[in-house]
Amino acid sequence: MTTATLERPAQTPVIAPAPATDWEAAVKTKELVIVNWSGELDRVWPTLILSSTAAASGVGCKVFVTFWGLLPFVKDGVRITGENTMQRMLSFMQRPGIDHLKLSKMNFLGMGPWMMGTLSRKYNVASPRELLEAAQALGVEFIPCQMSMDMFGLTKDDLIDGMAEPAGAATAIELMTGADASLFI
Amino acid sequence: MAIAEGTVTVTVDARGLSCPMPIVKTAQAVRSLPSGALIEVLATDPGSVKDFAAWSRSTGNELVSQSVDGPVHRFLIRRK
Repeated sequence: MTTATLERPAQTPVIAPAPATDWEAAVKTKELVIVNWSGELDRVWPTLILSSTAAASGVGCKVFVTFWGLLPFVKDGVRITGENTMQRMLSFMQRPGIDHLKLSKMNFLGMGPWMMGTLSRKYNVASPRELLEAAQALGVEFIPCQMSMDMFGLTKDDLIDGMAEPAGAATAIELMTGADASLFI
Repeated sequence: MAIAEGTVTVTVDARGLSCPMPIVKTAQAVRSLPSGALIEVLATDPGSVKDFAAWSRSTGNELVSQSVDGPVHRFLIRRK
């Protein structure tokens, strides 16, 4: 006779999502899916604002992170990623991590993001890091794209804790077509 | 657990915080409270007036009252 054993997940989230409460279960009939394809500050910021607010409003929210959009979800300590020269060069050219986002316009070698950061602190706008932590705590699911991970040479260990299992385009399509609203930011 | 009518269970001080943090912090506070709890939210974000009305419609938590004192908006929310 064999005994079935439950397999432990390789990674446990640092911020465990709070259990859904009764009213959330009752109203969580709506779902928002966001495809986050860009690693730029002016795209990642709205993605994080909308996803955390959706979860705070009892709307189920999933974010599919793909292409450059994966880079903000790389762990803090990880600097150069990839297994070959070209992947390593790419990570050198675009530093990964939530604190190192560039602007899509007016980047000016980092002066634009620095000014945005200074202004956001002055006006008490939550940083991408704070919003990401809030989103994870409220149960937003971030799903990394397997193909992009392979292309950039990123492993699950390079990404922040609490990410969902990597998936592909068919999963993204199923999520988008099944959701009440889907955004490609 | 019965909660007395009109007794504030918890205050969320979101003064000085910009969108969406007043809503995010309120949602986080609401999670740990029992049904019927009364939550007081203080916010200085002018957009929070429309946002708390929308949030209460989305979540079903009741916006009991709303008042303003200078730059500070005060919302009383009854947890569903």
